[in-house]
Amino acid sequence: MFLETEAGGGLFALAPWVIFLPVLGLLVNLAFGRRLGERFTGIVASSAIGLAFGVALTQFFALQGHPEGATVPLVDWITIGSLSVGWSLKVDTLSTTMMLMVSGVSTLIHIYAVGYMHEDVRHNDDPGRFTRFFVYFNLFVASMMVLVTGDSFLTLFVGWEGVGLCSYLLIGFWYEKGKDGIGNALAGKKAFITNRVGDFGFLIAMFLTFGAFGSLQFDEVFARAEEIGPAMGGVVTAITLFLLVGATGKSAQLPLYVWLPDAMAGPTPVSALIHAATMVTAGIYMIARTHVLFALAPASANLVAWVGGLTALFAATIAVGQYDIKKVLAYSTISQLGFMVAAVGLGAYVAGMFHLLTHAFFKALLFLSAGSVILGIEGGHHRQGHHAAHAAHGEPFDPQDMRNMGGLRERMPTTFLVYLVGALALAGIPPLAGFFSKDEILADASRVNPAIYALLTAAAFLTAFYMGRQLLMVFFGPARTEAAAKAPENPPIITFPLIALAVLAALGGLLNLPAGLPAAHGLTLWLEHTLGEVHPGEFVTLVALVSTGLALVGLAAAWLTYGRGSPALGQPDPLKRVLGPIFVALENKYWVDELYGILVVRPYTALSRFLAEVVEWRWWHDGFHDAVLARGFRGVTRWLAWGFDLPVIDGAANRLATWTQQAAGLLRRVQTGYVRNYALSVLIGLVLFLSYILFA
Amino acid sequence: MNVPNDYLLALSAVLFALGIVGVLVRRNAIVVFMSIELMLNAANLALISFARESQDLIGQVFVFFIIAVAAAEVAVGLALIVAIFKTKHSIDIDQVSGLRG
Amino acid sequence: MTTDTWIFLGLAVIAIASAVSMLLSRNAIYSALFLVLNFVAVAVLYLLLHAAFIALVQVTVYAGAIMVLFLFVIMLLGAERVGAERTLKWQQPAAVILGVFLLVEMVYVFFVGVESEPAPAAILGRMFGSPPAVGMLLFSDYLLPFEVTSVLLLAAMVGAIVLTREERGEKAAP
Repeated sequence: MFLETEAGGGLFALAPWVIFLPVLGLLVNLAFGRRLGERFTGIVASSAIGLAFGVALTQFFALQGHPEGATVPLVDWITIGSLSVGWSLKVDTLSTTMMLMVSGVSTLIHIYAVGYMHEDVRHNDDPGRFTRFFVYFNLFVASMMVLVTGDSFLTLFVGWEGVGLCSYLLIGFWYEKGKDGIGNALAGKKAFITNRVGDFGFLIAMFLTFGAFGSLQFDEVFARAEEIGPAMGGVVTAITLFLLVGATGKSAQLPLYVWLPDAMAGPTPVSALIHAATMVTAGIYMIARTHVLFALAPASANLVAWVGGLTALFAATIAVGQYDIKKVLAYSTISQLGFMVAAVGLGAYVAGMFHLLTHAFFKALLFLSAGSVILGIEGGHHRQGHHAAHAAHGEPFDPQDMRNMGGLRERMPTTFLVYLVGALALAGIPPLAGFFSKDEILADASRVNPAIYALLTAAAFLTAFYMGRQLLMVFFGPARTEAAAKAPENPPIITFPLIALAVLAALGGLLNLPAGLPAAHGLTLWLEHTLGEVHPGEFVTLVALVSTGLALVGLAAAWLTYGRGSPALGQPDPLKRVLGPIFVALENKYWVDELYGILVVRPYTALSRFLAEVVEWRWWHDGFHDAVLARGFRGVTRWLAWGFDLPVIDGAANRLATWTQQAAGLLRRVQTGYVRNYALSVLIGLVLFLSYILFA
Repeated sequence: MNVPNDYLLALSAVLFALGIVGVLVRRNAIVVFMSIELMLNAANLALISFARESQDLIGQVFVFFIIAVAAAEVAVGLALIVAIFKTKHSIDIDQVSGLRG
Repeated sequence: MTTDTWIFLGLAVIAIASAVSMLLSRNAIYSALFLVLNFVAVAVLYLLLHAAFIALVQVTVYAGAIMVLFLFVIMLLGAERVGAERTLKWQQPAAVILGVFLLVEMVYVFFVGVESEPAPAAILGRMFGSPPAVGMLLFSDYLLPFEVTSVLLLAAMVGAIVLTREERGEKAAP
């Protein structure tokens, strides 16, 4: 099967292992994990991903010699009529970039998760659930690999759906916990359904693609699109618009972003891996993959850029007003994804992919560090004793609320350092990675679309502001609760991945340095093999200066507002005094969820209840089903049994018997018992026989 | 005698037919038996005439044997009738209708 | 019409008449006696047909032994008359009609079907049908049937005795 690849060195043939290794890992854990303990499970899961990273590296090396890539066929999947979709792996620079990023970051997060989940399952009183987590985690990586290596829309969609499923499973990992005992499950449901809306758009795009171009394979579709696309009127535009719908669902853009903040209900490694680094980038990857179609539909591309820009600013404003440490990061993710979406919408695919990579590093770092902080707060909370804690507050203690933190710089120094690196990278301070990637996007935007540039710049300013706010609230000032005062630092199994990610966040900019510096445009040249000729990002000095300056101004503003003291629980946020009602709106995330609830959820629930109770039960079941069908059927069977079977069929049988009896009775009369009669019959026979012989 | 064979055979046929009618018509078992003897007698007559015609004595030998057999048959048959009479106290053959179905 | 024909006719009439009388007679004794007459007539006919031995055997055995046996049984059973209930109404007419049919068919066969010539009396010798001649055949070519017939007569005798034997224990004296 997959030994038949083009001569690209046998290394390309190893590509399927990037999927099979995580699958193997999850199967082993599924079968033996619970019996063999946490250590075994952790090692198996992390090694599976680690080995997958190794395989991705081999692909990287294979591509050095054959930069145009290869297609590794696996199986023939569907062949119906003119639709022939096999499952093949497309190994080129774009997919390999994603493979490396996903497997590399996943390995580090897996290692982190071993330590994190060890604490978490004890905190939630269910140590047995440890194995299940890693089974889901490996399944997620396997699905993500299917997504990035797919060579057709259909294969990509399979991975798309797979990651959506794993997201649902992992958000609702503690399904019986959360608000009212059902909050986590509801968050999972919200994620799944919102993604479904996006998936619906993706499906329509697939149908249109197949209808217009007769194939679902990327290479064939792109070739045909370039030939006949412009002549087909708005078909390509329609396809790309529906692809955008899919991307807004998966990558949390306006208006389908609402699931991502709620998804923070899942354990922190989940938030780090799925909702920061990998799954949410699938939309951007998809747009980059189908760039040929977007190049043919400039109107859609423009819309993509606007959606990205508006989302970036919108989410950044909300992040300013959040108190939950993870919610801030969630909205920050949405905002940064907006940056990437805007980049690919403007045609700056390399810039978008570059930011995708660096964002994976520092956002994963930030989430994992936030997890470390939360673990520390929980530890401190346990240390002070439940008695005192519950006596102090009427409500349960929320270890994720930043108002319960403070002064952790001294208590958890390693965590503080890495968090600082991550925050500065996110804010775009040179020479950390975020500066280079974000700046490239800004530079390209300034060239192509000044309006978008304005939006993105404003978002960048707010990014620096809310990250500064977060740093100050969590790590500086006095500890505002006893839990914070007693928070311990975490063991190396937690801190080691953090340090690794911090290094990547610091040095990630080297991937695509701007012109003039040594090893410049590394990523550009690399991706050019797949994306076609790409205009290399220019280094616009003015833009760089403006963005850096704004970042510093943002940090300064945060210092001014929160430097003197962050609010504790129950105290008003200092920003509220300045912004007033605007801040209330920010706190409540513009009441978007409530709006959706009224506009969409409530009518839908009412409709489904109506359909279920009235239409289904009353009309269909009781009315038609019972009255018409059941009674009718019973009537028919009764008629068949009594009216037809009994008189006709039984009657026929009975009548047959009666006739036989009567015939027998008649025939019986021959047996008179009289000898003379018998003799007479002999004579009759004799006479007849003789007459036959003589006269016939 | 120069009587042609046909006349003899005709006589034989008549006697035979009379015998049959007797078997069928009479109710007295003994008379029925006698009718049977009449039939046998008619057959004997036919045989004798054929013997004369073909000048072969075998016909007469045959008749001899028929008479012997008829004698045996009468003995047994009358014994049967006597046995039946003991139970039925009647020789009406219409009484012996136990095989009536 | 030659003398032979007249003789034949006379004998035939006697035979037929006695047969009919046997059938019609109400009294069984009369029937038996009529049958004896029939046998005698037929025996005379035999005599005329060059079957002297057979004729006398007929008289001796048939008319002498068999009919006597019949008479004995009739008198033993007191079966002179039988009741005159009319059962089987259709039996009589049907029997008569069918008998007529049969007769017609047989006559048809004899007169139409088969051609024959009158037998010349001169060819047959004086010894044709005489006891020595018949005896010769009986004890040479047909010895086996002869012996078997004797066994048959023995069997009939035994049978007759067994059938009329009384059940054991029914009668005091054997």
